Amino acid sequence: MERFPPPDFESGYTFPPTTAPPPRADLMQYVDVAVLLAALALAAYFVLKLRSRKHVFWLTVFSVAYFGFYRKGCICSVGSTQDVALALFNSHYTLPWSVLAFFLLPLVFALFFGRVFCAAVCPLGAIQELVVVKPRTLPPWLEHGLSVIPFIYLGAGILFAATGSAFLFCQYDPFVSLYRRSGAFAMVALGGVFLLLGTMIGRPYCRFLCPYGALLSLCSRVSRHNVTLLPDDCVHCQLCDVACPYGAIREPTGLLPTPTPQQLWQRRLVFGGLAVLLVLGGGWLGRQLAVPFSKLNPTVALAEQVAAEATGKAWQMTDASKVFHDSGKPAEELYAQALRIRQRFTVGGMLWGALAGLVLGVKLLSLVQFDRRRCSFEPDPGQCVACARCYTHCPNEQARIKREQRAKTIPLSAAPAGASVTKNA
Amino acid sequence: MRETARTAAMAGLGVLVGGIALKTGASHTVWQIDPYKCSWCGLCATACVLQPSAVKCVQIYPMCGYCKLCTGYFEPEPNALNTAAENQLCPTGAIKRRALEDPYFEYSIEEELCIGCAKCVKGCTLFGNGSFHLQIRHDRCVNCNECSIAVVCPAQAISRVPADQPYKFKSREHHA
Repeated sequence: MERFPPPDFESGYTFPPTTAPPPRADLMQYVDVAVLLAALALAAYFVLKLRSRKHVFWLTVFSVAYFGFYRKGCICSVGSTQDVALALFNSHYTLPWSVLAFFLLPLVFALFFGRVFCAAVCPLGAIQELVVVKPRTLPPWLEHGLSVIPFIYLGAGILFAATGSAFLFCQYDPFVSLYRRSGAFAMVALGGVFLLLGTMIGRPYCRFLCPYGALLSLCSRVSRHNVTLLPDDCVHCQLCDVACPYGAIREPTGLLPTPTPQQLWQRRLVFGGLAVLLVLGGGWLGRQLAVPFSKLNPTVALAEQVAAEATGKAWQMTDASKVFHDSGKPAEELYAQALRIRQRFTVGGMLWGALAGLVLGVKLLSLVQFDRRRCSFEPDPGQCVACARCYTHCPNEQARIKREQRAKTIPLSAAPAGASVTKNA
Repeated sequence: MRETARTAAMAGLGVLVGGIALKTGASHTVWQIDPYKCSWCGLCATACVLQPSAVKCVQIYPMCGYCKLCTGYFEPEPNALNTAAENQLCPTGAIKRRALEDPYFEYSIEEELCIGCAKCVKGCTLFGNGSFHLQIRHDRCVNCNECSIAVVCPAQAISRVPADQPYKFKSREHHA
């Protein structure tokens, strides 16, 4: 398309080069992963070994500064879930290895040390951690009801990512526009709303939406080490429960009436049956939603537009359909492609609906079944985000810290090197 | 019980990693626009997570006709062929026009001002040589997990490219 030949300059003019500023150095990927690893290790150390709220707090501030404002919320583990889903189901997508590391490391840490990623590393959690001013307890029905949303959202995010349609978690990330200090007004406003809400309801995004938190919660339930109060000498003062802004402290079950084994079986049977019905119903509903959902896919949307234009239903061409018409590709090819995507949505939608039903069913089942007896206040490993607030409020923990501090000041430490304490005693 | 579940979870993650490791791009990748697919819709200016957009117009000088009446620089019916603002197509005045030897003019882009609206690209490509085109400038791009312009791009012109070849500049040879 060379309409005007470039001139032959007589004055010796040379063509200036087009500059090509290089992307962020490859090395910085390693730096990001190293910082993540270090932050996770520190968080685990601060929470489980040092048991220090102060240290956790400063790590939180660091995460807001580094992962939030410096890295502008990218890459983040929450979003990486979708990259992994897309890579699994789409052969054309190459996953950057650092994204895989961001997906994997917090989960592995959760399997060993609980949700230390949520505690002080995740930039989304960290910013909410800093705004908790006067948290209130939510009524249990609301807490339980809302706590199933992350799993359903996770399923939806995987469905849309796997079909190559949208990255929901990134598009509806409430704090990323704040970290970037730019973005659509609606998203900035959403971030503001979450932060405002977060002053009264502890971490609303983490607890009732975060899809990656759902995965971490599952891992944390079976983790080797978790946040523990000192159950041996719990005085039932409830101060930890009062201190926890996230409703993660479970009361002792001993005082509650125990259902007889017969009653328990009856309930299990009823709710188990209900769970099966929910799975089947969810699957059916998910299948029904496949068609409206698939419209979010750009290829399907384009195929619908082209079809509507061909049948005279649509008068105006969209940008996308103009480009398509200009390209001169046959419409049949596009329709076939859209149909394939829609079929994937049908299967995926069914699975997603079934998952949603299963989550609801398991929730119901968990409400009637007291499988673990507690005689003291304990953090729930699935809910606890390891913020370490309960430590500072537990009187026995305070006494323990004092004991340890005193032990340090005892002149035993002044004994000559190599001398055994026990021998002297 | 917990031990078993943890082992199972580890094994599950292991299988997942094994499955994906094959697909992990060994090289670092970045987002870029294919200028031959771009349809100058103007969404780059508004859809990028950055304000102003990381997408900027670039000029490939050897492709340029150095026209006196540049259709990427001037409004369709300019009052006069001078640098007066009302004659310029660019809403931010990011294109600089400099007289060389008669009758040629050099057009270069001041990236600080460019917002990636593609008005000049459209003019240059429809009526000129198409030496103006949009590229994602990597000194600004934050390389999001998913590029929000790629999501809305009607021509689906934005994709990941290897970071050692981060630009898709137009060239004279492409059409030769």
